[in-house]
Amino acid sequence: MIAELGHLALAVALAASVALALLGLGGGAWQQAAVMRQVSNMVALQMAAVTLAFGALTWAFVATDFSVALVAGYAHSALPMTYRFTAVWGNHEGSMLLWVWVLAGWTSALAWRMRGAHAVQRARVLGVMGLIGIGFLAFLLFTSNPFLRAWPVPADGQGMNPLLQDPGMIWHPPLLYMGYVGLVVAFAYTVAGLLQGRLDAAWARAIRPWTLVAWAFLTVGIALGSFWAYYELGWGGWWFWDPVENASFMPWLVATALLHSAAMADARGSFRLWTALLALLGFALALLGTFIVRSGVLSSVHAFASDPGRGLFILAFLVLVVGGALALYAWRAPAVGAGASFQGWSREGLLFGQTLLLMVAAASVLLGTLYPMLLDALGLGKLSVGPPYFEAVFAPLMLLVMALMVPGPLLAWRRAAWAWPSRGWLGAAALALALASAVAWWVPGASWATWAGLAMAAWVVLGVARHVLQWLSQPLPRAVRWRTLRGAKGGMWLAHLGVAVFAIGVAVVSTWGHEQDLRLRPGEEMAVGDVRLRFDGITMAPGPNYFAIRASLPMLQNGQTLTTLQPERRLYLANGQTMTEVAIDRSLWRDVYVALGESVGNDAFAFRVHHKPLVNWIWLGCLMMALGGLMAAVDRRRVGPAEGTA
Amino acid sequence: MRGAWLNAVVVRTALGLAFLLPMPVVADSVLEDKVQRVAGELRCLVCQNDTIAASQAPLAVDLRNQVRRLLAQGQSEAQVLEYMTQRYGDFVRYRPPLKPSTWPLWFMPVVLLLLAGLGWWRFTRARPTGAQS
Amino acid sequence: MTQGPKRLGPWLALAVFALLSVALALGLKLNPREVPSPLLGKPLPSFTLPALGAASAPVSSQQWRGQWWVLNVWASWCTPCAVEHPVLLQLAQSQRVTLVGLNYKDASPAAQTWLAQRGNPYQTVWVDTQGSVGLDLGVYGVPETYIIDPQGRVRHKHTGAVTPQWVQSTLLPLLETSRG
Repeated sequence: MIAELGHLALAVALAASVALALLGLGGGAWQQAAVMRQVSNMVALQMAAVTLAFGALTWAFVATDFSVALVAGYAHSALPMTYRFTAVWGNHEGSMLLWVWVLAGWTSALAWRMRGAHAVQRARVLGVMGLIGIGFLAFLLFTSNPFLRAWPVPADGQGMNPLLQDPGMIWHPPLLYMGYVGLVVAFAYTVAGLLQGRLDAAWARAIRPWTLVAWAFLTVGIALGSFWAYYELGWGGWWFWDPVENASFMPWLVATALLHSAAMADARGSFRLWTALLALLGFALALLGTFIVRSGVLSSVHAFASDPGRGLFILAFLVLVVGGALALYAWRAPAVGAGASFQGWSREGLLFGQTLLLMVAAASVLLGTLYPMLLDALGLGKLSVGPPYFEAVFAPLMLLVMALMVPGPLLAWRRAAWAWPSRGWLGAAALALALASAVAWWVPGASWATWAGLAMAAWVVLGVARHVLQWLSQPLPRAVRWRTLRGAKGGMWLAHLGVAVFAIGVAVVSTWGHEQDLRLRPGEEMAVGDVRLRFDGITMAPGPNYFAIRASLPMLQNGQTLTTLQPERRLYLANGQTMTEVAIDRSLWRDVYVALGESVGNDAFAFRVHHKPLVNWIWLGCLMMALGGLMAAVDRRRVGPAEGTA
Repeated sequence: MRGAWLNAVVVRTALGLAFLLPMPVVADSVLEDKVQRVAGELRCLVCQNDTIAASQAPLAVDLRNQVRRLLAQGQSEAQVLEYMTQRYGDFVRYRPPLKPSTWPLWFMPVVLLLLAGLGWWRFTRARPTGAQS
Repeated sequence: MTQGPKRLGPWLALAVFALLSVALALGLKLNPREVPSPLLGKPLPSFTLPALGAASAPVSSQQWRGQWWVLNVWASWCTPCAVEHPVLLQLAQSQRVTLVGLNYKDASPAAQTWLAQRGNPYQTVWVDTQGSVGLDLGVYGVPETYIIDPQGRVRHKHTGAVTPQWVQSTLLPLLETSRG
């Protein structure tokens, strides 16, 4: 009964979306005030209906109603309660419903924030959001109905993939979707503006904070995915350039370019057409990502059960929405016109260069991800494109991006004096190179790539330091100082420092991370970094829905036991899968990471032990970036009249 | 598609047995580093998307052992990668080989970078004041 | 970007997207997991293995030069092998082509029992306990089936269980090509 209610709610939501799109875009075109007022009602109806549907599915999972096919496919009577909630989005249909719920949420937030805005613009923007909603709700209803019944009702469900029974599952998909869907806002604003034939200051001012928030969520979502894969998969890696990982990374790269370009458009009125294109492409790549993950065109550990039929639907939606938007863009571009001019060597010039570099990076990742499919489609054979390719292509581009991060904020707008680099600049560059060289010389094993990465990170830090010092040298009241620090400028410094921290983490762990395979008998010890691990034996450790053997490895330093690591190997009862649960001792300076292998006879067991220096700087850097983005998003400094008014 | 599914069924069955089988561990760390490096470049053909270094599938274990055997015999890393490519095709390499069919893949990023540079140059020339809308 | 005559630049994005969409549409028809064999058109790597059965002398892969033959890689622990077995039995009975088996990473007693229970369509069954010959052939799962021509070249490799449709549409036409 509840499932049928949920199904009905989805249909109502689809109707509301259709009405929203028609009223919003039609009302906007015909400038009918009464029609445009109904837009708010439709947004509310859509939100209520989708919430009801999501609630119904959640109820079905929590109550393990196996008469619902999805619940039978992914839940189990022994599944712990927390994971019954996460099982809702641990599958294709449920995760699409989550997507739609997040979309309805952002639409409502946008409707509320725009309540004082110009009616036509508001109606159009919300109308575009409605169009997107139509596509996804139709996809749900017609190809991926989460509320299908199973008959006969099975006695128990198939259970959830043990890899997903983890706290990471609580946060990773919702945060990612918050990011993807947030990119729809910039898309909607841009389409509305193009329809109107103008991309004005209000447009630029509006998309900046929304994009920053979406970008921050996306950053945390991706970082969390990486962090989770690191401790879950057991091989010590944190990024594999898997197609699904790339599907989330490409929109992130475009969003990064967008937020910088939008800042330019906001501050100086320049590059509106470029910003508009980036806004369209950001969401386009998010949609493309949805396609890649769910259609089966690419092989990935992450992919949902693939179905070319569904893939065709998403592709059609993609072609309509993105093709339509790009066509609109090309048609309206001449009407929008050029922005303010500027010279190459200026803040705009360098920011523009940055966005171009980021787009080249995004395009390269796209090329590498789709290339196997392209070759196969042309009948030219099958090949794999993996980490060696992406690292070779991406790392140099990122080094370039980091190089440009420093001069940018320090130059004047429009036209900066081109002088031979002052002693200050040269000094900073020399210091950065010296620091990197010192590390590379002192610690054996560094490669040119390590040196370059550390040098660029130092360069970025010095650049931020210089900018901060310059700002401190101006006489300013304390209140203003505080406002700046927690606002856009402080956010920028924090985010840029985050990039440096991230780069250092990557360089150090890639170069000096070390692992060993060895076998230990109870009582034997091994050395890892600055500690020793002693194998104390195996105990049995049954869990709620699995059976496990657990090794006990006290970590010793100078005779003291600091902690005990307890890696496990689990056998899950529902589907017979075995999994390894690694044990990690984390600190800011290094991780000690232990995976339990198989028994090798005579009470001995195989272990794989990793020493990972500075690995946590990778995710710390991402958190800093996201926090910086949020600080910039809530900075009200430039908000004058209510958002969106002409 | 069916083939992949069937192979997966077979692998799953074997994995259940692998839980109990002992695994030999080599003590030579210089050799092991080489094995890890080479295995990190090779794709596990029965997995969705994993290297043979990371995967515990029986085929991955077999191929790792073969890599170890060949390296221990004195073959170079390049030779071992070639050995695998001869038997499984380019698909097994995560670093796509440079050949006419992959020229676009390897050279496009450079081309894009040059085009971006050109675009930057073109759009940052001083212009007579553009119209501000 | 200046006003005035229509510029081509903004249309570039749409053009690239259009090409991409076509590529994606084509991609939907493909199977990303299928791995083609690099041995196609090349000679089957030659090897010599012992045959299944008591006191059997090692058999060389060159034995079947001069005729078409089918090499089927199987194991007693492999479920799909049981599923395809009737097809192989029928093929053997029809006497259209010689069928040779490669028992892959298996135990001989188990293999022999398996064949005794289900019937033996193979002229000979090689025993590859370590899977080393399988490695040379590029075997990555079971069952797999190779069609080899009279000159010893691999003409086709099928991964997964063979079906009557495969026999009709792939095997028989290949055999026909050599006649006349």
